[in-house]
Amino acid sequence: MSLLSVRDLTVKFAMRDQTVTALNGISFDLAKGERLGIVGESGAGKSITGFSLMNLLSRPGYIDNGQILFEGEDVVQMNDKRLRNLRGNRMAMIFQDPMVTLNPVLTIGQQMTETLMAHRKLSREEARQIAIVKLREVYIPSPEERLEQYPHELSGGMRQRIIIAIALLLDPQLIIADEPTTALDVTIQADIMELMLELCQSNQVGLILITHDLGVVSQMTERTLVMYAGRIIESGRTREIINDPQHPYTQGLINALPQQTLPGQRLKQIPGNMPGLASIPAGCAFNPRCKYATDLCRSRVPETVHYGEVEVACHEVQRLHSDEDRQEARA
Amino acid sequence: MKDAKTDRPLLEIKNLEKRFDLDHGFLETLKFKQGRIVRETRSVHAVNNISLEASRGEALCVVGESGCGKSTVARLVAGLLTPTAGEIHYGGQRIDSLSRGEMQPLRKKIQMIFQNPYASLNPRMTIRQALEEPVRHHNPGASAGEVRDKVTAVMMSVGVDPSWAKRYPHEFSGGQRQRIAIARALTVDPEFIIADEPISALDVSIQAQVLNLMLEAKESRGLTYLFITHDLSVVEHFGTRVAVLYLGSVCEVADTRTLFSNPKHPYTRALLSAVPQLKDDRPNHIRLKGEIPTPINLPQGCPFQSRCAFADARCKSEKPKAIHQPDGSTVACHAVEEDRLDAVAAG
Repeated sequence: MSLLSVRDLTVKFAMRDQTVTALNGISFDLAKGERLGIVGESGAGKSITGFSLMNLLSRPGYIDNGQILFEGEDVVQMNDKRLRNLRGNRMAMIFQDPMVTLNPVLTIGQQMTETLMAHRKLSREEARQIAIVKLREVYIPSPEERLEQYPHELSGGMRQRIIIAIALLLDPQLIIADEPTTALDVTIQADIMELMLELCQSNQVGLILITHDLGVVSQMTERTLVMYAGRIIESGRTREIINDPQHPYTQGLINALPQQTLPGQRLKQIPGNMPGLASIPAGCAFNPRCKYATDLCRSRVPETVHYGEVEVACHEVQRLHSDEDRQEARA
Repeated sequence: MKDAKTDRPLLEIKNLEKRFDLDHGFLETLKFKQGRIVRETRSVHAVNNISLEASRGEALCVVGESGCGKSTVARLVAGLLTPTAGEIHYGGQRIDSLSRGEMQPLRKKIQMIFQNPYASLNPRMTIRQALEEPVRHHNPGASAGEVRDKVTAVMMSVGVDPSWAKRYPHEFSGGQRQRIAIARALTVDPEFIIADEPISALDVSIQAQVLNLMLEAKESRGLTYLFITHDLSVVEHFGTRVAVLYLGSVCEVADTRTLFSNPKHPYTRALLSAVPQLKDDRPNHIRLKGEIPTPINLPQGCPFQSRCAFADARCKSEKPKAIHQPDGSTVACHAVEEDRLDAVAAG
């Protein structure tokens, strides 16, 4: 049985004059200890997916339909008490900006022991000892001293390590990391990525990594979902998706990276912008930006089909197969 | 490519320094130390003795991590900050000590593009107002029709539909706003553009669009760029020359191709190895010890010594000078000078 199984998840936002669909029938599975990447640009619905998994959406957003089965139990149907037991304990979340996630008026020690004591019957001293062990695991030097410090006394990289330590405090089965390294410098980002990879592998923790950076996904994950305008348009093993993308959008995204073009030459850009949620075009949401779009693409939403090694939602994937751009992407 | 008239680079930065005082006023400078009251002024050493030059038609990229002083360099060159010491020459003229009035003709030649197009466009001005203002300011004699034609032409050239001119910035997406910000810089026909992280706030597919636009403008208008970024893949694509900054000092300056194929400074090597690669299964990045120290009290010696695997006694006491290398790059590192780097790696 998979650790997490999402079926037909639909999330809507009730605005004053209309209701918009942010996630449109998302389905995916995650095995125990598996690392999954969710990629896409702003507005694709990646973060909403992360929030929904923990049932953290707040008004005007709501889960309209679908199931989120975590260890066989539906998160959507859970009452508050069950949710409290789930969040932080069995599933933990790491956010982009560590300065916003940590409480600025509490010491690191208070924030860590608070979490432990809320979930487990532990004395303050026992909780402190566990906190010190977890800080060691994320390579924080002199953890005893750090427990007495406030978030503003620490650097960005150090704060993100502490966030990771807090996420791991209760030995969760799954960590959802929403752009965990985006706010960090490259050298620090590389350290944090290595740390997360090591911790997930050694503790058999599942990871859902939400990011816009294909390089990060490529180094961190085993499987990848590509999202566009609230739908999964391509999914499969990360290696296959990076080396041999099938959906025109995924191809465009990879080809648009500067390292895919010779220096000084024009980058292969995708024309246009991602549509806003209120104005998603009929048919395939990507059709106005897609050079392969046909009348069918403009009228009907494509089904997800198995093609090659990946699952892809595109009407034209057969025709695309012989196209030269794709050959380029593969080279 | 040297400037035809003077045979000098278009932009020359000589021994530039910038400090920001942390303690303003007499009372803030008083400190209590060892039972006595002493006066002490602390300052952030944002830029320390930087020398750079950019020839006409070049795209000089300045890279580094947060706090290395790259944005301060951009602002100093643009005249938005006054240097604490050092000189900036543009087209043979010294520009760092000019008065506001003397700076005016240069502002037409030097334009700046900022990172966040949500903050750099006035939300209460329509696109037309935002684009017409600089044209009118720099060409007081131009008629309303001429101004309008100029703005329309520039809007077309950056791919912004002129019929959108009546709209306000909030009606546009991030990528379109950045196009408008670029259009605003181009309306006065500048020759030099300072771009401070112009694509960092944009999505991948939009980054490509904006970068292409800047490349096109470079070719069609013969622009020279000072491009500030933290993204090395963009540097490799866009830059002709690269300067790597660390803690307010230049580590290495080289042609883009030389820097990426043969990085010399230990920091440059670590930085390049840290970029997440798309198709590399084995991440083999060079781990740096610790984190960037604060620029408030700079360590003696090499700024990078606290994180460098090759640091020795000399690095701790003496700040390395920039030394020219046979392949045309300039590197400030004792280990490179003494040829210790590869000896250690091999042994």
